[in-house]
Amino acid sequence: MLITELKSKETILSLADGKKVFIINCHGCKETRFPEKEAAELQKELSADGNVTGSITTDYICNPENLKLRLEHHMSEINAADVVLVFSCGVGVQTVAEYLETKKVCAACDTYRLPGFQGVTPIEHDCGQCGECYLNLTGGICPITACSKSLINGQCGGSKNGKCEVDSEMDCGWERIYRRLEKIGRLDVLKCPTQIRNFATDDATK
Amino acid sequence: MKITELFERGEFVVSAEVGPPKGCHIEGLLEEAKTYLKGVTAVNVTDNQSSVMRLGSLATCKALLDEGLTPIFQLTCRDRNRIALQSDLLSAAMLGIENLLLLTGDHTKMGDHPQAKPVFDLDSVSLIHTVKLLESGVDLGGNELVGEPPKFAKGAVVSPCSDSLDAQLAKMERKVAAGVDYFQTQAVFEPEKFIKFMEKAKQFGKPVQLGVVIPKSAGMAKYMNNNVAGIHVPDEMIEELKADKEKTKAGITGTEITARIIKECKPYCQGVHIMALGWESKIPGLLEMAGI
Repeated sequence: MLITELKSKETILSLADGKKVFIINCHGCKETRFPEKEAAELQKELSADGNVTGSITTDYICNPENLKLRLEHHMSEINAADVVLVFSCGVGVQTVAEYLETKKVCAACDTYRLPGFQGVTPIEHDCGQCGECYLNLTGGICPITACSKSLINGQCGGSKNGKCEVDSEMDCGWERIYRRLEKIGRLDVLKCPTQIRNFATDDATK
Repeated sequence: MKITELFERGEFVVSAEVGPPKGCHIEGLLEEAKTYLKGVTAVNVTDNQSSVMRLGSLATCKALLDEGLTPIFQLTCRDRNRIALQSDLLSAAMLGIENLLLLTGDHTKMGDHPQAKPVFDLDSVSLIHTVKLLESGVDLGGNELVGEPPKFAKGAVVSPCSDSLDAQLAKMERKVAAGVDYFQTQAVFEPEKFIKFMEKAKQFGKPVQLGVVIPKSAGMAKYMNNNVAGIHVPDEMIEELKADKEKTKAGITGTEITARIIKECKPYCQGVHIMALGWESKIPGLLEMAGI
């Protein structure tokens, strides 16, 4: 199980920052606590300046087939947006980012761990439920679960022919991140300040 | 002595690498270092290289220092969390070790204890950031250090012949932003790739030491091509190593190849870092042949 919490209002507003936004809410797994009221309030504020091209509230976006069905009727609204803002757990954001591979997809929530089962997580994506979510700095590919060393400041020197030093079947997570950022024209996020993980996130869920 | 002082003076800085033994006796390593590394400015001491458990880098650095050599303390993030890393950095400063090479480190699965827990609490970039903080008198937890803060020459690595050079350059830029002072590179066998890399890397304004490995045989070259990230030994070099087996076995072919690479790259970089991998005895001859 997990808890999703909204990132700070300043962070979410800076992600939108005068751009055209499409919003996806996932109220998926019933075991999950989703901040519905707070999200609705914030989205009302985002809509007020006329920059929201559309929004949907759905469930189980972690299932790629389901996601595709849900987004099909909204593709013109999505195409009209600069940013797709996803209010879901980390798996949901990664599934959307992979499906809309040339679009900037941002996480509006952080995901915290609770003991138990997480939704209908497909095996392609994994969410470490580590609290502070890095998906907005990595083009929607999770560096914690896609990199065997869980590095958050870029690739190590160990990849060969695009494969991880630990597993020759596994793509280097950071090379995937680099290619995705290149594709969505956001290599500039690699110039962000040095990131240091916070392992003291247990407090946030108490 | 900090090797950054030499870069500032415009010297071509030569360093070599030694790997501590799997055991607690260091006499052999010290004897080799004193015999063959006298012409070298600084000596890197690897930190459980390739994730194989050995005698510690810090203790070996201190032993080299006591013999009048200038050690470079290699520190990886694989085996220690941020508390242990900072503590070892303070220990290094207390022992008079002034040069660092800060790395992420190979994964534990690559070595002789694949069951071990990989730590990676920090990585190469955040470790550089951490050293910079300590130098300002504050630790990563925001607590003040007592007394004069440590001062180091902070090195990092980069892989100029990597098949994902653009991503490597992006990482290099993050290391520069975090406050690194100099770079040593992964072993280069393709000077033209290194020169192209340096054209892009010079924008960062940090000294770069060309990394070289003396190839011991065609088999070793092929092994590196298949297994070591960022290294490619071209076919014609492999043929050269194959041509005269006795000459290659005596280390002459490898030394000639390496000297050629150094000569070709020297105008584009600020030093050379020699990874002899047990062939430390070839270093004086190599330096002579390369005209250093």
